[in-house]
Amino acid sequence: MSGPLLSARDLTVKFGGLVAVNKVSFDVQRGEVFTIIGPNGAGKTTVFNLISRIYQPTAGSISYDGEDLVAQPPHAVAARGIARTFQNIELFEFASVLQNLLIGTHTHRRTSLWQDLLFTGAARRAEVHARHKAEEVIEFLDLQRYRDMMVAGLPYGVRKVVELARALCCEPKLLLLDEPSSGLNTEETDDMAWWIQDIQRELGITVLMVEHDMSLVSKVSDRVLAMNQGEVLALGAPDEVQAHPGVIEAYLGSTDDLSSLRRSAA
Amino acid sequence: MRFIFKTDYEQDIRIVKHGGQAFWYSLLGLFLLAAPWLLSEYVLAQLVFVLIYAVVGLGLMLLAGFTGQFSIGHAAFLGVGAYTQAVLTNAGWPFPLALACSAGLSAIVGIVIGVPALRVKGIYLGIATLAFGFIVEEGMARWESVTGGNAGLHVKSPAMFGWVLDGSTEFYFLCLVVTVLCTFALINLLRSPTGRAFVAIRDSEVSAQSMGIHLARYKTMSFALSAAFAGLGGALYAHKIKFLSPEQFSIIQSIDLLLMIVVGGLGSIHGVFLGAVFLITMPQLIAMGKDYLPESVGQSPGLQAVVYGVVLVAFVLFEPHGLYGRWLKIRTYLQMFPFYRAGMFRRQKSFQKSDRLK
Repeated sequence: MSGPLLSARDLTVKFGGLVAVNKVSFDVQRGEVFTIIGPNGAGKTTVFNLISRIYQPTAGSISYDGEDLVAQPPHAVAARGIARTFQNIELFEFASVLQNLLIGTHTHRRTSLWQDLLFTGAARRAEVHARHKAEEVIEFLDLQRYRDMMVAGLPYGVRKVVELARALCCEPKLLLLDEPSSGLNTEETDDMAWWIQDIQRELGITVLMVEHDMSLVSKVSDRVLAMNQGEVLALGAPDEVQAHPGVIEAYLGSTDDLSSLRRSAA
Repeated sequence: MRFIFKTDYEQDIRIVKHGGQAFWYSLLGLFLLAAPWLLSEYVLAQLVFVLIYAVVGLGLMLLAGFTGQFSIGHAAFLGVGAYTQAVLTNAGWPFPLALACSAGLSAIVGIVIGVPALRVKGIYLGIATLAFGFIVEEGMARWESVTGGNAGLHVKSPAMFGWVLDGSTEFYFLCLVVTVLCTFALINLLRSPTGRAFVAIRDSEVSAQSMGIHLARYKTMSFALSAAFAGLGGALYAHKIKFLSPEQFSIIQSIDLLLMIVVGGLGSIHGVFLGAVFLITMPQLIAMGKDYLPESVGQSPGLQAVVYGVVLVAFVLFEPHGLYGRWLKIRTYLQMFPFYRAGMFRRQKSFQKSDRLK
């Protein structure tokens, strides 16, 4: 099917009197890395939570692969091929890395409760298949060393990768990454950039991400959407958006602000 | 120290992971098969109670230990199972059919109580299940035409197609078979997608949901299964105790059940059995200890409740992983001697606990 994979139209959400996201429209094309940037509180994560249906939009529509996503319950989103990671890591801490990845394969389960209780041949085959899938992802992201370790004991940087791995176990068409580089050091951020590029090129997965680290953004993104206070500021190639006067103002403030600051300081 | 070299995926799924396990569990199995001829009548009766409580505990462990939904009214499911079994057996139903009905009816009641569980969490769920426990207990006391009310209800021996299981050995084997089947069912569940979904809900609901897990369906399923286990246990309990009255299924019973799995070790199947052994042997130990205590303490009526309370608090404070967690530590200490460190089992506090979205 052609056309954008995901398209948001006039997406609005209000929490009481606060308009967190105001008439945001964008299209994510198949196979691209699309990044949302913006200062804190711009509504980037809220957009993510709207797509993964944790929040209900006040107005507007999201269509995914030609289907209305707003009509779907939150748990049905993953089954349609949208996997996500979280800004603050939402792993299952008291389980091993492998078990976390196996939960990632949940949308592909084919067995019923009774088959599971009796662990029939079908359940056994499904388990072997799920492990096969998890093992592919472990190899892809170089997690072999951590396979049987508890997540609770892993360093932060590794947990970030494990969360990415768990999302990949869903075999998604669209991957939502909420600040993949937050809390990572420079080296780990470089690795993350490689992986995002690999995910896009080798696995052919469309990536939608929220990110602050501009070096990572300009390295991997095809297009960038800049937001501020719930509204769209600019949309385009990374360097265009970075040079956009509105974006500079949102991050650094306007020259008027600066001169007024100087005046009050003097 | 044992290192397991994994060569295929089947190995990861297998229940028995290595030769050591095969050896020890076979030994346990042999002991349990020979128990009626090795143990005295009295000890065998206690072992039957351990098995019955283990079945109920498996259910509560599934709910509280693996799905993270606490129930302070679990005795109600036990009661529903027990009374169903009693009424059906007294009406002459064959034993397996009555047992299935007890489990089924309990499961249905579990689904009913599972519905509020979809809306409330943590302590509020505790209160909801507590209230439910009181309602059921009151129901058992008032519905005299069926339950006999506070006067109680006699239960006939289990029978099927002319064969009456009235000997203690036969009944012991019946309990053993049910316990083993239930244990395998739970182990199977935990190594398959359903069980993983339960554990995912326990650890992070938001994350579970975005992995495509239908929270409402799985929570309800967990309640239903848990109640079915409790119902099975209740049915066996009815035959063991032979006389039912509502106060056997009061809040005290619910707390005993909760005590059992917390002391045994939340989140482990071994914990259920260790907890059941603890729950059954503790009153005996207290009774034995009474003679050595000053009369004013030893003969006072609330001694058992005090000891239970102290034990529960002590476990929560000093050994949150329960008896099984303690055993794991001892085993690791022995395996790694002399390299064991005090902090090996300490769970790392995640420094950035996410602000949960709901």
